[in-house]
Amino acid sequence: MKAGTIIRAIAFALLVSFLVQPYWFEPFFALFANDGAPAIYNQGDLLTLTLLHLQIVFVATVAAMIVAVGLAILVTRPSGAEFLPLSRSLVNIGQTFPPVAVLALAVPAVGFGAKPTLIALFLYGLLPIFENALIGLTTLPKPVVEASRGMGMTNFQRLRKVELPLAAPVILAGIRLSVTIGLATATIGSTVAAKTLGEVIIAGLNSNNLAFVVQGGLVVAVLAVLIYDLLSALERMIARRMGRGELT
Amino acid sequence: MADTVADGASQRRLSWPVQLDKLGVVIAVLTGWGLLLAPFATMRANRIVAGEAMGVVASLPVWAAALLLAAILTATIIAIPRTPTALRFLAGLVALAVLAILIGVAGGHLTPDGNTYARVSPAYGFWLLLFAFALLTTDAMARLKLGPVARIGMLGLTTLAIGLLLVSGQWDTLSIMKEYSSRAETFSTELIRHLLLAFGSLAAAVVVGLPLGIAAHRIARIRAPVLNVLNIIQTVPSIALFGILIAPLAWIAANVPGASAIGIRGIGAAPAFVALFLYSLLPVVANTVVGLAGVPRQANDAARGMGMTDGQRLAKVEFPLAFPVILTGIRIVLVQNIGMATIAALIGGGGLGVFVFQGIGQTAMDLVLLGALPTVAMAFAAAVVLDAIIEMTERRGR
Repeated sequence: MKAGTIIRAIAFALLVSFLVQPYWFEPFFALFANDGAPAIYNQGDLLTLTLLHLQIVFVATVAAMIVAVGLAILVTRPSGAEFLPLSRSLVNIGQTFPPVAVLALAVPAVGFGAKPTLIALFLYGLLPIFENALIGLTTLPKPVVEASRGMGMTNFQRLRKVELPLAAPVILAGIRLSVTIGLATATIGSTVAAKTLGEVIIAGLNSNNLAFVVQGGLVVAVLAVLIYDLLSALERMIARRMGRGELT
Repeated sequence: MADTVADGASQRRLSWPVQLDKLGVVIAVLTGWGLLLAPFATMRANRIVAGEAMGVVASLPVWAAALLLAAILTATIIAIPRTPTALRFLAGLVALAVLAILIGVAGGHLTPDGNTYARVSPAYGFWLLLFAFALLTTDAMARLKLGPVARIGMLGLTTLAIGLLLVSGQWDTLSIMKEYSSRAETFSTELIRHLLLAFGSLAAAVVVGLPLGIAAHRIARIRAPVLNVLNIIQTVPSIALFGILIAPLAWIAANVPGASAIGIRGIGAAPAFVALFLYSLLPVVANTVVGLAGVPRQANDAARGMGMTDGQRLAKVEFPLAFPVILTGIRIVLVQNIGMATIAALIGGGGLGVFVFQGIGQTAMDLVLLGALPTVAMAFAAAVVLDAIIEMTERRGR
């Protein structure tokens, strides 16, 4: 466990120093560049692109979280139960849509840039969160729910104080999945002119400069691993507080 | 307090002659919007200029507009109250079929005679209506709880119907089919290459992943390292992984005798194939490990007691019991690969992504659809078929 923490700290330190002072790493990336080609991405600031990348993923995930959890609450109430079978099938169908297709199909509706990427990330992020929120809210331990009903809690109190906290670790697992998918999918957004780290990779593909491809890919991969680990740790913490074991 | 509210609600419900179906109300809103407020089709003077959007009445000849309205209103009226599920299913299907046929009629009606440049595409009202009745049909299918064979049968019939519409030329008046007809040959080459990439990398991942998963199950020491490495590969964004593989493959092509003869090159299909293969390994290996770990101890003990060797136990007891879980991994991989193979086009690997990215580059959205719609349809079909097979193996296992 300790060794893992040290490796993560080193990865984080390397990532930050690369983003702030990319030229310190020039000798390493020069290994991948053809003679004379620039080894460090020179058509924009890497730190800005990284922040924009994170911003798109963050905005899309927060929106997806609000809508997905809201919908899951709706279809698990008695008044929305009619929609439960349909919403299950929609989740299954939605997950077969490839991200590139969603992205490309959003362009005619909203034009090029960050907007289609946000839409694709939002729609793609919805499904894992919704699915996990459904699992979380439909597999609550019966005795606890009964007890809260017996205590005379209103429906809303039960939702807020019992059901949502108990489902939180499972919902968070869905959010983690959705963030990981989003970080990788946001790179594809650069094919429709969104400002993300994909720009670095695509510039590398277009100019046949492997150094760009490697640095763009590495930054996204390290970000994804670190954020994934951070969210897993958060999840374990909440799960421990809720007294619910690992569910994913 | 809560009780009086509940009483009020039930009294109100009693005073209604029929009970409302909530999804039916949603569908009614969607159809109202799609019919009255949204354009049904768009006509453009050529393939990339902005178009003129038209409502249902302007897009269709009188008889067709009347037929469309009749079909849609009937289906909506069936959807609003609580009606038998089979009837709702039928109403949804009929409405979808009428929409599919009449959008072709709209194409013929809006294209001026002899004009080969004009382009007609479905507008968002059409997609809204399609979505509304797809919801109705999906909901009815979910409530009917169709078995695996019936679901595959439905998929087969739908495929047949779409095939007939394509062959009959009913949609030839639409822009997407005009994009197709000017690229018919490239389309079939790219389609075949797309399928080869998706299925070929899956096959390679199964050949390598199954033994790897079995090894990781039996040798506890290598389990965590193997799964961790495969997990990390998943976090590398696909376009980067495709790009990164260009270098080693170019080196192999230049230095390993015979490699370039079998098609290994730095750019093109080879790095795409390897990238898809690498992404496919995690679901196959992880599900093999989970599946084998889930085999009940009693089954293994019984097999050992019967004097089975390790190999026999694997083939006759563990593998059959773990098979549904392994198949779930294969389903994930196949659906994911069909979608991800579109990215191959960015590194010259071909596949349907060629049309998607060409279309994005030319802002020709119908070209994007020509690449995207078949991809979505194939991924969907793969999911339906494999889900059905998984359900069948689970039933047999019990």
